[in-house]
Amino acid sequence: METVLTTHFADERYRHVDTYVQYGGYSALRKAFSCPKERIVEEVRKANLRGRGGAGFPAGVKWGFLPKDLSRPRILVINADEGEPGTFKDRQIMSRGPHLLIEGIAIASYAMTIHSTYIYIRGEFVREAKIMEEAVAEAYAKGFLGKNILGSGFHLDVYVHRGAGAYICGEETSLINSLEGKRGWPRIKPPFPASVGAFGLPTIVNNVETIADVPWIVNNGGEKFASLGVEKNGGTRLIGVSGPVNRPGVYELSAGVLLREVIYTHAGGLKDGKQLKAVIPGGSSTPVLRPDEIDVTFDIESMGKIGTMPGSGGVIVIPEGACMVRALSVLMNFYAHESCGQCTPCREGTGWLAKIVGRIENGQGREGDIELILDVCDNMMGRTICPLADAAVMPAQSFIWKFREEFDRHIADKKCPFGNKF
Amino acid sequence: MPTFTINGMTASVPDGTMILEAARQIGIEIPHYCYHPKLSIAGNCRMCLVEVEKFPKLQISCNTVVTEGMVVRTDTEKVRKAVTGVLELMLIHHPIDCPICDQAGECGLQNYYMKFGLHKSRYALEEKVHKKKVQDIGGQIVLDAERCILCSRCVRFLREVTGTCEMEFFSRSDHSEISIFPGRPLNNNYTGNLADICPVGALTNKDFRFKCRVWFLKSADSICPGCANGCNVMADFKGDILYRFRPRRNDAVNRTWLCDAGRLEYKKANDYRLLTPVIREAGQAIAAAWDAALFTTALRLREAIEAHGPESVAVIASPQSSNEELFLVRKLAAEVVRTPYLGFSSLTPGRRLEDDFLIKADKNPNSQGARLLGITEEGFVRTVKAISEGRIRALLVFGSGLADFSDGETVALLSRVPFVAQVATNEGALSRAAHAVLPSASFAERGGTFTNFAGRVQRFQPGFPPRGKAKNDIEVIAGLANQLGAGWKFAGEESVFRALAETARPFSGMSYESIGDLGREARDGGPPSGGR
Ligand SMILES: Cc1cc2nc3c(=O)[nH]c(=O)nc-3n(C[C@H](O)[C@H](O)[C@H](O)COP(=O)(O)O)c2cc1C
Ligand code: SF4
Ligand code: SF4
Ligand code: SF4
Repeated sequence: METVLTTHFADERYRHVDTYVQYGGYSALRKAFSCPKERIVEEVRKANLRGRGGAGFPAGVKWGFLPKDLSRPRILVINADEGEPGTFKDRQIMSRGPHLLIEGIAIASYAMTIHSTYIYIRGEFVREAKIMEEAVAEAYAKGFLGKNILGSGFHLDVYVHRGAGAYICGEETSLINSLEGKRGWPRIKPPFPASVGAFGLPTIVNNVETIADVPWIVNNGGEKFASLGVEKNGGTRLIGVSGPVNRPGVYELSAGVLLREVIYTHAGGLKDGKQLKAVIPGGSSTPVLRPDEIDVTFDIESMGKIGTMPGSGGVIVIPEGACMVRALSVLMNFYAHESCGQCTPCREGTGWLAKIVGRIENGQGREGDIELILDVCDNMMGRTICPLADAAVMPAQSFIWKFREEFDRHIADKKCPFGNKF
Repeated sequence: MPTFTINGMTASVPDGTMILEAARQIGIEIPHYCYHPKLSIAGNCRMCLVEVEKFPKLQISCNTVVTEGMVVRTDTEKVRKAVTGVLELMLIHHPIDCPICDQAGECGLQNYYMKFGLHKSRYALEEKVHKKKVQDIGGQIVLDAERCILCSRCVRFLREVTGTCEMEFFSRSDHSEISIFPGRPLNNNYTGNLADICPVGALTNKDFRFKCRVWFLKSADSICPGCANGCNVMADFKGDILYRFRPRRNDAVNRTWLCDAGRLEYKKANDYRLLTPVIREAGQAIAAAWDAALFTTALRLREAIEAHGPESVAVIASPQSSNEELFLVRKLAAEVVRTPYLGFSSLTPGRRLEDDFLIKADKNPNSQGARLLGITEEGFVRTVKAISEGRIRALLVFGSGLADFSDGETVALLSRVPFVAQVATNEGALSRAAHAVLPSASFAERGGTFTNFAGRVQRFQPGFPPRGKAKNDIEVIAGLANQLGAGWKFAGEESVFRALAETARPFSGMSYESIGDLGREARDGGPPSGGR
C-alpha cells in the first residue's frame, strides 16, 4: 500500500537534507508558497488528519482556533515528548526522516503565519535530539528555514528544546510550562493554548507525526490522504508493536487496518506460537482488549465503539502466561510516579491504586480490594485538570472488567498464580 | 448580567462571575481549598465540583463562568460523592494530628470532613507517606509539610502578592511537598498572611503556636494601630488578654492582608501596661485613686494658669488616640485651658519602614485624624521649643512616648517642666518621669474611630472592659475638663462623635452607622488614597 512517511526510511542518508531533496523533499514547501494560506488549511481539513499524539483531534480544525487577528505573534510547538509507554513512532520519524518534520513545520507555520516553532523533545532522546539539531542546521544552511525562505519572503525560526524526562511534559499545557522554564504542571483550561499558550501567545501544539504528514498532503491533496485511511480518519498511521511478537517494530499502515492484521500479519504473530491473552491498542493509557475483540479497525470511531482508542498507536501485546495483575501493577507504578501532583484525585489516587494493585500481586490483597480500586477510579475519572488521571484509570478499570478472575484468584490464593514475586 | 439557576434558585450576577462566587453571593457554600478571592485561580484541589447542565463532566465552579440560562446543581448525589471522594483522597496521607495542631477548630479539613466526609478510613496507617514536620521556614511561619494539602495558595501568594516567590512544590505525585528553597527562608514583610490563607495546619504562626485553642477566643472588629494604613483586623482575645490579630477583609484598605509588624501590634495591649493612677511627689511614686489623681492634675494645671497665664500650660496630643479623644483634647486645650500650645508628632523612634503596598512610614493609626481636627505637628515643634526655653509650667501629654525622642532626650526635656501629667497605656521613660500618670484603656478596651493616611474614617470596637484601673480616655479628658469647670456631658464615644461630626467639617454628615464596618472617606480626606 501507499506510504506517506516511511517510504525512504530504509535509506540511512534520508535523514540528510541532500538525500531528502533528491527524493523530492521540500517540493511541498515550494508548492505551499504558491498557494493561498487558507487553501493549505483547507487541504489539511479535507485530509481528515487526526492528531497522532493520542487525543485524535482534527488538525485542520485545531489550526482554525487561532485568533484571526495577527497583532500578536503565534507559536507552533511540536510535541516530540513521546512518553506514552508502548509508543516509539515519533522517534523513527526524527531519527530516519527529520526533514519530513521540518518541512511539515515550515508549511504549517507558513499556513498559520507563525514565525517561531519549538520542537520539544523527550529528554531521554539524546541521539534523536542531536539528529534533529543537525537536520535543523542543514535546513537553515539550504534556506529551508530562516529568513526569506526559498525567496518567499516568509521567515521562520525553529528551536530544538530538550525536556527533562517527565511523562507529564507530553501533555500540551504542561509542555508549554516546561518550555517556558516553569514546573511541568498542566494548566487549567480555559484559556486554551490557541488563545493563551507559550509565553502568553496563541499557540498550536501538534504531535511529530501529525506535522510530518503535512508535506504529503500538500503534494498529493487532502482528499488523496483521506482516502488512504477510513472515514473521519485520513491517511496512514505509524503503529508501534511491542511485546513477544516475532517482528516487533513500527509499521506504517492504513487506519483501516485490523488490529488482528497488525499483530499477526505485520508483526508476525506471537513468539513460540503462544496464544494472545490481551492487547493494549494505543499506548498504556488505552483500555485493554481481549483476544476476541481484535477484529477492529485502527480508527478512532471503531475503537471507540468497543470502549477503547487507537491513542498514540502503541500496540502492546500480552501473551498467555503473563500475569495481568502484574502488568497492571507495572502500569500503576508508572502513573503514580508520573502524576505531576497538582490535583488531589490524581496525586493521591494514582499512588493509592499502585499500592492496592501491588499488594494484590504480592499475595496480600484484601477482600473488597477490587471494589476499592473501582471506587477510587470512579473518584478520579474526569475529575482532574489534565487527562493523566483518566489515563491511569482506563487501564485499571479495563483490566479488572476484563480479567477480574485473575484478580480474584490472587486475593483468594494469597499469591500470584503465575509465580511472580516482587 | 446573566441569569442562572442554582439548586432551583434563580439569580443574576455580573458578567464574568464564576459559579463559586455567584453561589456565595446567594448564600450557597461550595466547598473549596485552592480558591482564594485575592489570588489567581489554580483549580487544582478539585473540591468545588458542581453539576452544570449540558456538561457531561462535573465542572470546577471556581473556574466556570456563569452564562445566561446556566443550570447548576451542587446538591446531587453525583456531586456529593465526588466531593466526599476528593476529601477522602486529601486525607489518606494526612497525619490527623488535630490534638496538637494549632489549626484545629478553624481547619478546612476538619470543617469539610464534618460536612461532607464522615467516611471511615479505607487507607492503612502504615501506607501513609511521611513528610517533614515542624520546619522553621523563616518570617513568622512554621511549616508542617505532612499537613499540607498542596492547594498552592502559599505559592501563589508569594508569587502574586509579595512577588518574592520563596515557596514552591518539590517532587511529584504523592511525594509532592511544599517547601522553601534550601537556605533561602521567607524574606518579606507579609509572611504572617501565609498562616491565614493556608486552609489547614501546614503553615502556622510561630507567635501563636500552642498559645491558645481557637475555640476559647472571642473576637472584636478592630483597626491595627501599627501604622497610618489602618488595616482592618479581628482582634482575638480570651478574658482580657489579646492573642492575635487576623486581617479582616476590606478591599479599599488592606484587602485580606496584614503586615508582619502590624500582626504583632496586639502585644501592646498585653505588655508593659499602666494599670493604676500614680502621683509622683518629691521623687516618690504613690498609687492613687482616680479621684485624687484627677483632682491633683486639675489643681496643678489651674495653679499654672492662675500664676503664669494659660500659655504656661501645654497639651501634647497623641496620634494613637481616636478622633473622638483628639476632638476632646483639642476642646480641652482651646476652650478650657485656652492655651496656644497644642500639637502632636507623627514621628516615632526606630526605623520607619515603608513600602508601596500596605506599610506606611507613619507608625500611628490616627495622624490624619489629628490633622483634620486642627491639631498640628507645627504646634508640637512650638511646644517643645517653649518647654526647652522653660516657658511651660504644666504639661499634659497623651501617649506613651514623645515623637522620636530617645529616653534620655525625653527625660531631659521634661525636667524643664515643673508638672507633667501623662495619659497613656504603656510604661516608658515618660511614665517614669511624669508627676501624674493616668492609665488609659488599650485599643482593645475602648471604641472609637481612626482616620487613615488616605482620610478613611474607620471604627474599632472594644473587646473587653479596661484592664486594672485603666480608664477610657474620654472619661479621663472629660473628668479633667469638668474639674476645671467645663461642665461637659458626654456619654460614651458615640456621643462624642456626634458632637465632632457637627463641628468638624471633614467629618460632617458622618455617623457610626454611616461609617459601618468598612469605614468611610472623610471629606477633604487628605492625600488621595495611594496604597494598592
Ligand atoms: C499525560 C499526557 C501525556 C501526553 N504525552 C504526549 C506525548 O508524549 N506526545 C504527544 O504528541 N502528545 C502527548 N499528549 C497529548 C497532548 O496533550 C496533545 O494532545 C497533543 O500533543 C496534540 O497533538 P496532536 O493533536 O497532533 O495529537 C499527552 C497527553 C497527556 C494527557
Ligand atoms: S491530572 Fe494528574 S498529572 Fe494531570 S494536572 Fe492533575 S495531578 Fe497533574
Ligand atoms: S490540619 Fe486540620 S485535620 Fe490536620 S491535624 Fe491540623 S486540625 Fe487536624
Ligand atoms: S502549605 Fe498550606 S497554603 Fe501552602 S499548599 Fe500547603 S495547604 Fe496550601
